[in-house]
Amino acid sequence: MAERLRPAEKFKRDRVPMKEQDPKERIKNFDEVPFGYSFEEAIKEAQRCLQCNPAPCVEGCPADVHVPQFIDKILDEDVEAAFREIKITNALPAVCGRVCPQEEQCEGACVMNKKGKPIAIGRLERFVADWAREKGITDEDVRAEKTNKKVAIVGSGPAGLACAADLAKLGYDVTIFEALHKPGGVLVYGIPEFRLPKAIVQYEVDQIKKLGVKILTDYVIGYIKTVDELVEEYDAVFLANGAGAPSFLGIPGENLNGVYSASEFLTRSNLMRAFDFPNYDTPINVGKRVVVIGGGNVAMDAVRTAKRLGAEEAIIVYRRSRAEMPARAEEIEHAEAEGIRFELLTNPVRVIGDENGNVKGLECVRMELGEPDESGRRRPVPIEGSNFVMDVDNVIIAIGQNANPIVARSATGVETNKWGYFIADEETGKTTHPKVWAGGDIVTGAATVILAVGAGKKAAKSIHETLSKA
Amino acid sequence: MAKILKKEQWSDTIFSMLIDAKDVAKAAKPGQFIILIPKEHGERIPLTIADSDADEGWVQIVFQVVGKSTLELSRMNESEELFSFVGPLGMPSEVEKFDGKVVMVGGGIGIAPIHPIAKKLKEMGNHVISIIGAKTADLLIMEDKLKEASTELLIATDDGSKGKKGFVNLVLEELLATEGDNIKMIWAIGPPIMMKACVESAKKFNAPIIVSLNPIMVDGTGMCGACRVTVGGKTKFACVDGPEFNGAEVDFDELMARQRQYAELERKALELYKSKEGIA
Repeated sequence: MAERLRPAEKFKRDRVPMKEQDPKERIKNFDEVPFGYSFEEAIKEAQRCLQCNPAPCVEGCPADVHVPQFIDKILDEDVEAAFREIKITNALPAVCGRVCPQEEQCEGACVMNKKGKPIAIGRLERFVADWAREKGITDEDVRAEKTNKKVAIVGSGPAGLACAADLAKLGYDVTIFEALHKPGGVLVYGIPEFRLPKAIVQYEVDQIKKLGVKILTDYVIGYIKTVDELVEEYDAVFLANGAGAPSFLGIPGENLNGVYSASEFLTRSNLMRAFDFPNYDTPINVGKRVVVIGGGNVAMDAVRTAKRLGAEEAIIVYRRSRAEMPARAEEIEHAEAEGIRFELLTNPVRVIGDENGNVKGLECVRMELGEPDESGRRRPVPIEGSNFVMDVDNVIIAIGQNANPIVARSATGVETNKWGYFIADEETGKTTHPKVWAGGDIVTGAATVILAVGAGKKAAKSIHETLSKA
Repeated sequence: MAKILKKEQWSDTIFSMLIDAKDVAKAAKPGQFIILIPKEHGERIPLTIADSDADEGWVQIVFQVVGKSTLELSRMNESEELFSFVGPLGMPSEVEKFDGKVVMVGGGIGIAPIHPIAKKLKEMGNHVISIIGAKTADLLIMEDKLKEASTELLIATDDGSKGKKGFVNLVLEELLATEGDNIKMIWAIGPPIMMKACVESAKKFNAPIIVSLNPIMVDGTGMCGACRVTVGGKTKFACVDGPEFNGAEVDFDELMARQRQYAELERKALELYKSKEGIA
């Protein structure tokens, strides 16, 4: 049992920092950047928790993780109990502990913000999940009595996995259909190894399989089977197929060799392990200077990957200022520490190619911020005559996603909005079809892992309510 | 995991395999493709479906050895399992009963993917004229199957070792000159340079022509955009918008440049694999 501190002592303590790989070293490898807390560090951080009741951090968590309870169990020095407490509501703690935007969720709501820094809830969650994995602690079989009802889930990303885990625990017969050859969705094709090791995703997916969830890989709904057929064969269908159709800028030269969508670049490197070419067969072309266009987390992932793949200079080009960048502060800081150059208030105009169809330059224009637009952010306006050319070998476009049409076009009676995203109730995931639910990026557009987990959980709850009445 | 049921070597570099894939065979339509990964460290290889049998549950693929991956695939044997096999992918061919004749042009291993389309068109009661061609008679594949799937079969070889001497588009042009407006649709599938030549020939006679494009692809479901091609001045994804497009609108020069983008890396990978495996 670790010592329980009095509030006054808690306020005096600083947040425990997390050790990480030296930037000079880590840009040469794909190993994870932060090392995670040791047992002692976790205790020390857990001691700062005020154990609020009701707890705003839980309110801030889309997965409703029982934060004060699991932190209290760390203080009991019973990490296994802490693990079980988290697992009651969240099937993906090692993933969420790493990639959630905690500063906007649990930690953003933490009372300690008023007195200094919030409790490092994400780091503690990661510590507990990693400890359990290393110790070989697996989920207890918490399955309810079998219901004899079948649920089909399209997509094995965070939304699909979270929904599957909750439904399996409630006794449903759950099958996930995954288009790629590995389960995990964006967790395996999108997020780089140095931020989320694939072995960890695989481990959490395996835990969900142990609940009885079947995952059929290489199975593209829309082609091999339609959603209409799934509706016939299953009692409920949850569409969690992700956004997954890259946006391009529509500027000249975008089809030159050396121009990638961030999805292609990251899929080659993460899922297909092009970083280990020729041990793995999928190639990737990374020249001396690589520009990534965009300011979100995907842009940070792509630019840091480019650096690790050998780019001498990896540059972010973003049309607004740093304050408007949608990426997490931590990701931007990690990128800066790794020597990524930021060309802010800059917009690409044209990709320039050589006689062989390869990229050799990017023409950009400088921008200034004008009046706020409908998003509330100040609209970037080009400064006339400020055009300039950067010599580059690669241009990676990370400006977001469009709705992939394959699933939607095989789903009769499931309405989409004008951008092709499924129309679904925010609280329940219900679509316009009585047997079909939808959630995650294919409803909201590209968002975060934890919002997808939350959507999966809400859909599971609603599916259970509907099917248990039927 | 999809098992190799049957493997045949048709020439020095061309192979056919029947893959055990019941669900894919049931769903497959003419014009669609699959993506396979031979072994765990492999890349995703898109191949057009050459034939399939829903009752027997197999899908036929035909491929030519060009690099490390196809070489490794060619060295796999019957009863071995592929690491991954996904399909059917892409939009099916828009087949219909035409009020006139249809021409199917297949070049090299492009003969394989024209086969299911020709078969379907003939079943629908069309008069199907197939023109198949290769560099030399030894590389001419599926002649019997195409004969069966067509009303008429014409052959061209670059060296004149079988049929007409020259490119398939010469035969196509002669046909267009004699048949004129009676040709209601042309499909041309093969290397981009061949499809480009056929499109030029069709344009001379204002004949409609469809081509099936085979750009570099990764996921094959519209997620990555690797397979983008310019069609009618607009960017399209061959995997979800195609693989078939109106040939007259395709930017073939861009397609060919994009196909070459990994040539150097691919050559290195092939050399390394050959030296590791002791292949001359």
